[in-house]
Amino acid sequence: MAITVDQIRDKLIKELAAVHVDVEDTSPNRCAASYKVLVVSSQFEGKPLLQRHRLVNTCLAEELKEIHAFEQKTLTPEQWEKQKSQ
Amino acid sequence: MNSLIRTTARCLRSVYMPRQAVWSTSARFLCAAADLQKDLGEMVKKDKVVVFMKGTPAQPMCGFSNAVVQILRMHGVDDYASYNVLEDSEFREGVKVFSNWPTIPQVYFSGEFVGGCDILLQMHQNGDLVEELKKLGISSALLEAGKESK
Repeated sequence: MAITVDQIRDKLIKELAAVHVDVEDTSPNRCAASYKVLVVSSQFEGKPLLQRHRLVNTCLAEELKEIHAFEQKTLTPEQWEKQKSQ
Repeated sequence: MNSLIRTTARCLRSVYMPRQAVWSTSARFLCAAADLQKDLGEMVKKDKVVVFMKGTPAQPMCGFSNAVVQILRMHGVDDYASYNVLEDSEFREGVKVFSNWPTIPQVYFSGEFVGGCDILLQMHQNGDLVEELKKLGISSALLEAGKESK
């Protein structure tokens, strides 16, 4: 079954208590093969980048088996506010 | 197992510095070892900077792998070991298991997993990469360029 944008978003919100999630299907023909996500969660606070990415990878472990390419950006709510105001 | 030796031989060619002497030992290691994981443990420690990628630095076969090569190049890091995961699917899966990381490319500094393309790019952007390279005893070319312009 193809992975959907909603499926990824819902899982990140539910499991990582993400307050904001952007999911973009970046495959050329939107064939659900590659995704780019932005995840904003307070669970990232105090964690280095590698650990944040691992949290996302673990959360989406099942989905990642089907996805060919995966880009991610992980921000804390504070970083997210700062980025928005720039 | 033959394919593993072939992989090793090809990797050898893709490594910038000649390391044949080291490699012939390692090739036997790979050959004898059903435990690729143990070999990977040694591979990532043998060079300060190790990249598992799709293709070679001269001919990356994926945009993300290419990005890693370009970032390292920008910092003047040319002397690193690169391994082409496309040469062998067992090797490719083994690399992912070893780091517990689902995607390629993967970068290691001094045997320690740094991350994939996203992480290296963000480290490049926020200045962490210059610092991490310094810890390895590598002075980033960007740092040198900055000094000259001052």
